[in-house]
Amino acid sequence: MPAFDNRGLPPLPMFQPAPADDDAPCCGPRPSPPSSPDERPGYRLCPFVRRFIPTPAGPVPEVATRLGVSDWLGWLCVRLGIGRDRYRVAPGLYAVGSPGSESPVLVTANYKLSFDLLRRELGGLDAWLVVLETRGVNVWCAAGKKTFATAEVVRRVGLVRLAEVVSHRELILPQLGAPGVAGQALKAACGFSAVWGPVRARDLKGFLAAGRQATPEMRQVSFTLAERAVLIPVELSLILKPSLWVLVAVAVVSALEPHFSWPLFVRRALDLALAYGAGMVSGSVAVPLLLPWLPGRSFYLKGLLAGAVAGLGVALVRRSGLGDGLAMTLLALAVGSYAAMNFTGATPFTSPTGVEKEMRRGIPVQVLALLLAVGLWIGQAFWRIK
Amino acid sequence: MKDFRYLPGVSTLRLNEEACVGCGQCLQVCPHRVFARGPDRRAMVVDLDGCMECGACALNCPAQALSVSPGVGCAAYVIQRWLKGKDAVIECC
Ligand code: SF4
Ligand code: SF4
Repeated sequence: MPAFDNRGLPPLPMFQPAPADDDAPCCGPRPSPPSSPDERPGYRLCPFVRRFIPTPAGPVPEVATRLGVSDWLGWLCVRLGIGRDRYRVAPGLYAVGSPGSESPVLVTANYKLSFDLLRRELGGLDAWLVVLETRGVNVWCAAGKKTFATAEVVRRVGLVRLAEVVSHRELILPQLGAPGVAGQALKAACGFSAVWGPVRARDLKGFLAAGRQATPEMRQVSFTLAERAVLIPVELSLILKPSLWVLVAVAVVSALEPHFSWPLFVRRALDLALAYGAGMVSGSVAVPLLLPWLPGRSFYLKGLLAGAVAGLGVALVRRSGLGDGLAMTLLALAVGSYAAMNFTGATPFTSPTGVEKEMRRGIPVQVLALLLAVGLWIGQAFWRIK
Repeated sequence: MKDFRYLPGVSTLRLNEEACVGCGQCLQVCPHRVFARGPDRRAMVVDLDGCMECGACALNCPAQALSVSPGVGCAAYVIQRWLKGKDAVIECC
């Protein structure tokens, strides 16, 4: 039986593709655009991926070099301390522009903030990006924890089959990854040699244009006012966590009165809570901002000073009297000192030996000030009744 | 970083000038300009107090001429090390 053959015949009307404007809704709003051909069941296409570039090692996503709204929202959340531990991109090979086999290869961490910061600075360049698995931690911290490490570079370069994608054998690594990666060991282990890029992604273009030469400035970390200011919300959120318990304690020590009365309790509890708040703000906001201008080198001393000034200020504004005012100042300086000491972890210049040394001095001072403050606070309630 | 100086005289960084082969790797990886090249092209420590003990130089020295006890300069880290001992698994930053 001859097969039915409709060649030469016009297609039947019912098989004609729907006209473009036929996705006008019969009811409800217009449907969203059709699925991208790059979508796969069970995966979601990242909004920063523009297309996939075919390579001998398979398709590689080309990422945008301008950040979109969702990227900025993510940045904001992370800076406010929300969802900071889960902000990551999938490790692997990415592209910016239209890279070829001669294009440079840049290595970075899979913390999305690091990844965004890098691609943002690469507009107009053609390059490959190898994103390492650093568990969503930035380059420097990951290098310190040895997840941004020689072994991971070697493993990832093999997994993404980099040798099939590029013809050269050079990796440009961020300088701040050097505490985790032994550059000289890479060549033997994966065939690629290490070139240390600049500290900051924004210097990359200059570095590449100068034939992979970094100026001394590019090699040095900085800690500008803006760089310190963005750290404040996270510092505050870290120190805020135990605050509920502190406030409970504040209420308890303020309730220990021989002649308890609600107005007196509210006033005293508020005084002490404000002093505690003043300590937190001085240690986690004032110290980071005023870091170079506060006297001393130890952070606990800087925090002690800032906390004392803030506590005294609160006591004066609240007209708390001598005994209560002293207790409030002591509490504020203890809290300020502790918060400031914790800020060492966020700075790029404190050595662990130094931090340990100042903690040996700082913690006893803080504990003593705290005990004095509490003792004085409770004692005040009893001395006042004559 | 001239405005930011931390505690003086604490860094555990040591350079063995005899072993240095003058490759200049340490000058490249150090984020604090701790090193300079001497007249014989070997490395010299010019700012020991600028060192934050990140360990980059020691790890990247091909001649093992550098040593430093590396770590994270962070209070939470130090507390956990005090509590759990030196080799504890430490959660930090
Ligand atoms: S440990 Fe780090 S900061 Fe210190 S000299 Fe070496 S590279 Fe520089
Ligand atoms: S890395 Fe080592 S061998 Fe090379 S210059 Fe520095 S100290 Fe000398």
